[in-house]
Amino acid sequence: MTNRSYGAAPRGRQSEALIALEDVTIAYGGKPAVAGVGFAINQGCVTALIGPSGCGKTSLLSSLNRLTDLLPGCAVTGAIRIAGRDIRAPGVDVHALRRRVGMIFQRPNPFPLSIKRNLDMPLKEHGVRSARERMERIEAALEAVGLWREVSGRLDAPALALSGGQQQRLCLARAICLEPEIILLDEPCSALDPIASGVVEDLIAALRGRYTVVIVTHNLAQARRIADDVAVFWLVEGAGRLIEHGAARQVFTVPRHEISANYIAGVRG
Amino acid sequence: MADRGLSTAAGRCRPLRDGALALAVWGPVLLVTGVFAWLLADLLWQGGARLSLQFILSAPRDAGRAGGIAPILVSTGLIVAVAMLAAVPLGFATAALLAEFTRPGGAVGRAIGLSLDVLAGVPSIVFGLFGNAFFCVWLGLGFSILSGGLTLACMALPILVRTAEAGLRMVPDDWRHGAAALGLSRRAALLHILLPAATPALAAGLMLGLGRALAETAALIFTSGYVDRMPSSLFDSGRALSVHIYDLTMNVAGGNPNAYASALALIVLLLAINGFALWLAELLLERRMLVQ
Repeated sequence: MTNRSYGAAPRGRQSEALIALEDVTIAYGGKPAVAGVGFAINQGCVTALIGPSGCGKTSLLSSLNRLTDLLPGCAVTGAIRIAGRDIRAPGVDVHALRRRVGMIFQRPNPFPLSIKRNLDMPLKEHGVRSARERMERIEAALEAVGLWREVSGRLDAPALALSGGQQQRLCLARAICLEPEIILLDEPCSALDPIASGVVEDLIAALRGRYTVVIVTHNLAQARRIADDVAVFWLVEGAGRLIEHGAARQVFTVPRHEISANYIAGVRG
Repeated sequence: MADRGLSTAAGRCRPLRDGALALAVWGPVLLVTGVFAWLLADLLWQGGARLSLQFILSAPRDAGRAGGIAPILVSTGLIVAVAMLAAVPLGFATAALLAEFTRPGGAVGRAIGLSLDVLAGVPSIVFGLFGNAFFCVWLGLGFSILSGGLTLACMALPILVRTAEAGLRMVPDDWRHGAAALGLSRRAALLHILLPAATPALAAGLMLGLGRALAETAALIFTSGYVDRMPSSLFDSGRALSVHIYDLTMNVAGGNPNAYASALALIVLLLAINGFALWLAELLLERRMLVQ
């Protein structure tokens, strides 16, 4: 893979933390999947969560929009603050939270509706009454993910008839449409072919600055290309733990921890 | 060497075993289709000549020995319509509750599920007695199309709920999580995504319920009654097609020819409804864009 670089804004260290995790443990039926995690995610940056399978990266990601609420037997402890507010405090409107924190899944999951309805329906449900405003936002979102030119002539066609890469971009547009602050991505390229994967990766890189992006990836080269910050997870005594967290350049060139050094060098994992 | 011996033994047995397998697979198929073909042929043979437009459009005369089945078809249609109008919203709502809003294995879900399964096994004559006691007497609806329809609704409910519930459970979690991640309420997810995606199962449930309602006799004798006049309102008694067939064969001497013709009409109706349902499900499937 060539070393692409994306020129976009804050690659520096001056940006401030938007999400703060303190001693977060996520357990399924009492068995911790990830334990004692604490780190901060900077506003406007791309933070990659890396590490081998089964060390709780996806669970951790899902706790940021409280999608973990939906998983049976899943319990989250510790504090997760977004802009200083604990998202698990009583009285937090979970629908409003998830509107602020969009999520893209490993497998593209457009709804079995038309391309347009996939974006239109969530907007309508979130109270955007004016059909004209919805159409404008749909067009802008599809434009932002580079789909507009490909689908503008067949907005009423089934979304599931699109290719995998197009579907994933549609899902991204669907999230962007609601104007979130944070976008969570759970291995968004792993189900795509290399070309579609490259297109989606470029899009993610382009989200930098406008959105705070948290991405789970198994692809170290991808993390190296797009991440500003990296958090390395490893399975320790049966539970996923944060081994190292820092600027991507530092973690990839001079890792502080032996495990992350070996993992990044490809010796382990 | 042992290997060789085994393979030749197996080789010798193969034609026999394959033959037995073919018989085991095709035998039941032939038996089932054969019984249905026989039944249909018998009905066509005995009732085909009498089943005409005239028969469908005229009223029965001489206790049903002569004339047609027009008012009976109207009563049947009304009874089934009442049953479906009452059972479908209730059934689909219950299915949604079971599949989406109760914990799997939770107390509420298990209690409802158990009640439904018991209800599904209750003989229709018991439903008839219940319908008579509850709708006709206690609610004062008397022998009427309304009483009959509501009794059938109770009967069709379990099958409707169970098929719709199974259909909803088949919808992949990807869409539930996708909807939740967009901050959509569960109501919105159910209405806009899950129910449309489960349309084929809902249609199948509807057809099974409808079939059960159309074919019902015992539950209707005590609730919608025998009157074979054209009903003028839902509070009139009305004779369903199946009750008509029962009455002609059991109570009316010389009623058999018209009973056959009526039975043929019932079968044709059922086949037509099934065909329509299949066509509708396919159409909805295409329109809902469930292209995989």
